[in-house]
Amino acid sequence: MSTLAAVVGIGQTQYKTRRGDVSIAGLVREAAVNALQDAGLEWDDIEAVILGKAPDMFEGVIMPESYLTDALGCNGKPMLRVHTAGSVGGSTALVAASHVQSGSFKRVLTVTFEKQSESNAMWALSTPQPFSVHLNAGAGGYFAPIIREYMRRSGAPRDVGIKVAVKDRLHGARNPLAHLQLPNITMQEVEESMMLWDPLRFLEACPSSDGACAMVIAAEELVHESPKPPAWIRGVAMRSEPTMYAGRDEVNPQAGRDCAADVYRQAGITDPRRDLDCAEVYVPFSWYEPMWLENLGFAAQGEGWKLTMAGATSLDEGGDIPWNCSGGVLSSNPIGASGMIRFAEAARQVRGDAGAHQVPGAKLALGHAYGGGAQFFAMWVVGADKP
Amino acid sequence: MADTADTITGIECPVYLQYHFTAGRAPARFLTRIKEGVLSGQRCPRCSNVYIPPRGSCPACGVPTEEEVELPDKGTVQSFTVVAIPIPNNPIKPPFVVANLVLDGANISFIHLLSECENSEVRIGQRVQAVWKPREEWGYAMDNIRYFRPIDEPDVPVAQIGKLPVTGREG
Ligand SMILES: [Zn+2]
Repeated sequence: MSTLAAVVGIGQTQYKTRRGDVSIAGLVREAAVNALQDAGLEWDDIEAVILGKAPDMFEGVIMPESYLTDALGCNGKPMLRVHTAGSVGGSTALVAASHVQSGSFKRVLTVTFEKQSESNAMWALSTPQPFSVHLNAGAGGYFAPIIREYMRRSGAPRDVGIKVAVKDRLHGARNPLAHLQLPNITMQEVEESMMLWDPLRFLEACPSSDGACAMVIAAEELVHESPKPPAWIRGVAMRSEPTMYAGRDEVNPQAGRDCAADVYRQAGITDPRRDLDCAEVYVPFSWYEPMWLENLGFAAQGEGWKLTMAGATSLDEGGDIPWNCSGGVLSSNPIGASGMIRFAEAARQVRGDAGAHQVPGAKLALGHAYGGGAQFFAMWVVGADKP
Repeated sequence: MADTADTITGIECPVYLQYHFTAGRAPARFLTRIKEGVLSGQRCPRCSNVYIPPRGSCPACGVPTEEEVELPDKGTVQSFTVVAIPIPNNPIKPPFVVANLVLDGANISFIHLLSECENSEVRIGQRVQAVWKPREEWGYAMDNIRYFRPIDEPDVPVAQIGKLPVTGREG
């Protein structure tokens, strides 16, 4: 990494079940314009555009990038589309960052989106393959058995997932952009919600959202041209591993542990719980909070749930390491954008610009995304201080 | 001037996709054998783990797998979920059990339906066996096995799941 880079602008749309008022082009443009405004810049100030989204069948629009070049001001500029399943929002931000850190471009716009109301992601994820039975169980059907294995191994009490579901929705109620607004949610309400994929209940799963997220990333020499405080990129890492191999630890994937170790080393973090002020981590199903607390080194193996139950990850309970202050994926899930929202919300925290879900004095934050069968990982650490 | 009630913001555009699946050597062999009612996996020459369905390599070792291993249709529940969510056009009526199963002699699980059981009694370590479709309906597909059902054998301890020999519990 040669050039220092920072986030100088962030733009999001409102996340909701259906944005019938705009096309996909309208949706991504809204986020992009918000990011440019936040950065105090014009379209001409952007040298390249990096776009990301999850599988095309989520909307049924094949190669949406080819028709979005105009809406994203790419005429005459390089444009690239990224895809790494659910982690794509994170990996897209990292591709954009690397275009600046490498010195190739001085200012890059990066945008991710999903308009889930236009198709059926559950169906799109369940295409038949002859060497496997076609069970139509969706993403929850894939992850629920892994969660069951975590519960067995850790001996965690049954209500850990319920606690995460409540905590992230209370965080989301502080964030006006969050899709689910459930300020009065209770443990009992979550517990009584329908069991969709045992042990996962309806209120322990993410919603299906329309929305887009954008960021402007600038090289050090141009950072001062944007009015608001920058979020300095202090570490970037991606890792992947095969979905299936004998001996694979699906509960605590090696790629996630390696990715975290890499990004912490770059940012000079030796104890993530102590050194970081907050984290935005991809938790689409409640139990993934304790699982990732362990995978990312915030807790010892088998002990992640203890942090959750002690309130350590809760803003409302004054926890020492708040996770997903924006409400997280459990409150808003436009899949292709969900990873970038984590990265952008981490940046908002260190810019001191997170509104009612601001962690007071946050200086160093982690953004995290995972995708596929928990096989793709993307992470960055952003800081208020220049390294 | 159009009445606002007539304003539409979207229309239905169905997308259809038919594709030709080139399986590759190992999956093609697996599909050929399963059409004959035989479950055929492959052993890694380096770590000795047996893969089914085989993909032609061991991702853990990064080497091709060639030795064919015939496996029984008995196995063990490694984990599972009870699916209750209604999904459009799903021919299987919820609630149904989706289990990660490891066949005896194999070292990796695959997903299949578990039936003929009380959903509330399904558990990790439970012993199961395949229930096949009638022979005349067999094709080049995993769903020649209609589902797995529990069998009357003692549960496998967690540490042993995925490590049983082809002879199963007796081995
Ligand atoms: Zn091997």
